[in-house]
Amino acid sequence: MSNNRVSRRQFLGYTLTGVGGFMAAGMLMPMVRFAVDPVLQQKGAGDYVLTDQAVADITEEPVRVDFTFEQVDAWYTSEVTNSAWVYKEGDKLVALSPVCKHLGCTVNWGGDPEQPTQFFCPCHAGRYEKNGQNIAGTPPLGPLDEYDVQEQDGFVAIGQVKPNTLV
Amino acid sequence: MLNKLYDWVDERLDITPIWRDIADHEVPEHVNPAHHFSAFVYCFGGLTFFITVIQILSGMFLTMYYVPDIENAWQSVYYLQNEVAFGEIVRGMHHWGASLVVVMIFLHTLRVFFTGSYKKPRELNWVVGVMLFGVILGLSFTGYLLPWDMKALFATKVGIEIAASVPVIGETIKILLAGDSTILGAQTLTRFFAIHVFFLPAALLGLLAAHFIMIRRQGISGPL
Repeated sequence: MSNNRVSRRQFLGYTLTGVGGFMAAGMLMPMVRFAVDPVLQQKGAGDYVLTDQAVADITEEPVRVDFTFEQVDAWYTSEVTNSAWVYKEGDKLVALSPVCKHLGCTVNWGGDPEQPTQFFCPCHAGRYEKNGQNIAGTPPLGPLDEYDVQEQDGFVAIGQVKPNTLV
Repeated sequence: MLNKLYDWVDERLDITPIWRDIADHEVPEHVNPAHHFSAFVYCFGGLTFFITVIQILSGMFLTMYYVPDIENAWQSVYYLQNEVAFGEIVRGMHHWGASLVVVMIFLHTLRVFFTGSYKKPRELNWVVGVMLFGVILGLSFTGYLLPWDMKALFATKVGIEIAASVPVIGETIKILLAGDSTILGAQTLTRFFAIHVFFLPAALLGLLAAHFIMIRRQGISGPL
């Protein structure tokens, strides 16, 4: 028997606190897990999406290639068309995401008439080199994302987006 | 008739001290525009509250027609604005009031700052006020998406990217807001609706209660 005897009052206090805490946790845990579910969901890697852009027509000048795929947004499934800037680096195909790394606007190749060989974002005048490298002194803090890209039967096929590997 | 009804209730429940406590309080001369017109700057807090009440009421009525679903949200806003009687007025109240409440809360903050009213012993009320400002901005941000038009969609895309630029936890905040790591869509709209209509108003009312209890306990700060 320890010297610190627990009084009846203390014992009831501990018990009620414990039971109350357990009940509060029992109520809160399901709600919190419910709310954070999107953070914990795993996304499976997607397939390549075939475009109607012939690889033979791709040059070293980036061209905009649209690709359409089925997007599952919870209970809403829809056809979504995104685009990529595709060019050839030697024999290798390169596809860059048009999503500006500043705040998510859409960049254009040669969008700024004064910089015809750069990507330009019209929202806050962010600029990027051809390989996606952001130009210092403009708002973006990182290079444009890159798409996995391959040739399928002579046409460009676009895969998953990934961080830029060219710069 | 009404007096008799009041007396009948008061005799049983003694409600006079309750409303006296709430309504009867001194308005010092230096904050009364009837004495010094320049004292109108002391009205901005009350005006913020007044517009907040309008926002809550008009918002309650808007949800009678609004649907937080990406297929129907825009249609339901179009319908309530153009087909329902006084729809343009009720939505207009909520739309313009949303901007006005931010203006008023900002002017109120300036008044408190330049009269030095945030100083001891009122520091805690300043802290609660800053939290209220944050809640109001959160309501503005989440409410902006609900009409689900192009302006709303792209403003929210940019807003979520700003949230995602927070170091370390930015990506988690982004997914918690958008409901998906890449898509800004069906789950984003329902989440923003829930946050706009239930979570933030609950926080707003709690903080407002704290704000008002504190000002009543401490009284209005003295003249300059």
